[in-house]
Amino acid sequence: MAKYILHNALRFLLLMAAVSVVVFTLVSLSPVDPVQANVGQAALLSMSPEKRAQLDAYWGVGTPLPERYLSWASALLQGDMGTSLRYNAPVAQVIAARAANSLALMAIAWVASGVIGFALGVLAGVRRGSLADKLVKGYCFVLAASPTFWIGLLFLMVFAVGLGWFPLGFSVPVGKAAADVTLLDALHHIALPAITLSVVGVANVALHTREKTIDVMESDYVRFARARGMSTWQVARRHGLRNLVLPAITLQFAQISEIFGGSVLVEQVFSYPGLGQAAVTAGLGGDVALLAGIALVSAALVFGGNLAANVLYGVVDPRMRRRGGAR
Amino acid sequence: MTEDGKRALREDAQREDAQRERMRHEDARHEQTRHEDAQAHHHHTHAPASRHAHGHHLLQVEDLTVSFRMYDAEEPYLAARQREVRPIERLSISVHAGEIVAVVGASGSGKSLLADAVMGLFEPNATVTGRIWFDGEPMDAAALARVRGRGIALVPQSVASLDPLMKVGAFVRGAACGRGRARREDAAQRARRQRELFARYGLAPEVEDLYPHELSGGMARRVLLCCALMDAPRVIVADEPTPGLDLELAVRAMDDFRAFADAGGGVMLITHDIELALRVADRVAVFKDGTVVEETAVANFAAPELLEHPFSRALWHALPEHGFAAFAGAGAGTATSRKSADAPGEGPAEAGARRAAGAAAAPSEGGEAL
Repeated sequence: MAKYILHNALRFLLLMAAVSVVVFTLVSLSPVDPVQANVGQAALLSMSPEKRAQLDAYWGVGTPLPERYLSWASALLQGDMGTSLRYNAPVAQVIAARAANSLALMAIAWVASGVIGFALGVLAGVRRGSLADKLVKGYCFVLAASPTFWIGLLFLMVFAVGLGWFPLGFSVPVGKAAADVTLLDALHHIALPAITLSVVGVANVALHTREKTIDVMESDYVRFARARGMSTWQVARRHGLRNLVLPAITLQFAQISEIFGGSVLVEQVFSYPGLGQAAVTAGLGGDVALLAGIALVSAALVFGGNLAANVLYGVVDPRMRRRGGAR
Repeated sequence: MTEDGKRALREDAQREDAQRERMRHEDARHEQTRHEDAQAHHHHTHAPASRHAHGHHLLQVEDLTVSFRMYDAEEPYLAARQREVRPIERLSISVHAGEIVAVVGASGSGKSLLADAVMGLFEPNATVTGRIWFDGEPMDAAALARVRGRGIALVPQSVASLDPLMKVGAFVRGAACGRGRARREDAAQRARRQRELFARYGLAPEVEDLYPHELSGGMARRVLLCCALMDAPRVIVADEPTPGLDLELAVRAMDDFRAFADAGGGVMLITHDIELALRVADRVAVFKDGTVVEETAVANFAAPELLEHPFSRALWHALPEHGFAAFAGAGAGTATSRKSADAPGEGPAEAGARRAAGAAAAPSEGGEAL
């Protein structure tokens, strides 16, 4: 057990090191000029060459890449992720505030798309070729082929503008003091982005689950269970669900990265102040420190998801749990 | 209902009664006459062990045809037309009480579909016609579903037929019926039955807590047999129950089936292995091109002259003790007309026979499911 933990901790550190190098290199290669980004276009043009050289030295324009990386990385190790240019606050603080919003949004979408997608996938897979299967498949194909932002815009037009059921954007009512915001307000604002994200996620989960269900229902053990006199649904309950748990775990945790990617677009469409929106702001605004910070956090999140899947596999699958147990 | 309708129904019923009477009469006669080994009735001959308990066959299949509608794989994807394939056509076979009938045919020739049809398990795109009697009762799809696992049980090929994520004890017990207390009692009763079967077949009590991947090959075969015996069936359909075993081991693995038959059950052994069939079965049904071309007592495999169908004789000649030889021309089944196995001009029947005897690489069983 200790070996397992050590092994995964090591993998996590290696991943973080690799991601930080790649992120830092990419950001350095980007045309973002730190001086221009910090003082602004107008100030840069009216600046004297001496002043410019001074600022270049301050921002380390001439310093070689490895040296810059090492100084950033050592600060990072001490918990200093730098200062966000656009939010004028420490990066860690910005990410923490944003992550709370985003995580709530993503958790709702993650659970909803997982549960609904799994149920629809099993239904379609067990009753393959039936009307229910065709409806589920049709829904999934349409949704899987539609861009997330477009679905978001559509929902916004129909449910927020047209029907007026949901607010147009943001995570709290506009113009209301932070202290007066109720939980109901927050839920009301999170609903439409969460639904959008779920609706898109369902398609992916349902289609994969359907394929797995068909595999399971065509397996030798299901054929044998049916030959022993069990009905289709009895077999599905007794053997189908049990054998679908493993692929469902894999799928559900792989879905984390999908949901994260989707949240960037959805938050943008709904002006929802989460990590995704911060990433877009940072990218467009040349906020190098924040961009690198968000990249690291999202890599850690995806790694955490995969690790959780691995651990659960070990718990659920007797072939892994009782390895070498062949007696 | 009109008077005419009622009369018509009554007449129908009388006609049926008369027919049933006549059949019972014939069956009774059939029981009394005690045919000799080689004597034919219902297009088959009998072995010493074959019995007609209560005057009928334990399982009788007549004119079974299984057809599928599928897209022609030869044609381009979008233009492909549907066509009908018939992996089983007008097949007849009987299983008597007390005997093992071996259905012998080439791998991938559709034998497993026979097992599916007898179990009443059909693919959605399959059409099945024909008549099946179980213990004297005519069966339809619903009736077959009722006796599935209870009257007629399947013993599948491999450990892949066990749920990889379920302990074998729970798998053997199967699902309990009823609700509440009745369900708990049924579950307890099934647990008792499972332990009893494990004890009878030499499986240690700890085995019930193992997962399929932890079983040895022999344990897995006995576990599969225990599954089949849970609900005390009368007929066992064994679909290639000894894959990968050499002949001596396979013959020994069939001992349990022999014991089941000796206790009054019937076994339909589906296999590609003619040698195994001749060693353990009482009768052999030769399966070729989707039908049983000859159903005969094992004793008739003593000499090719006793066999009726050219393919059966080809099988006889393909046996190792007869030199694996294919022969030229059906009917000329004597040693003098033997040719070497790779002789040019080998006919399809001979090639098929050698395939059936396992002399050539066989296509995978998966192909059978279409």
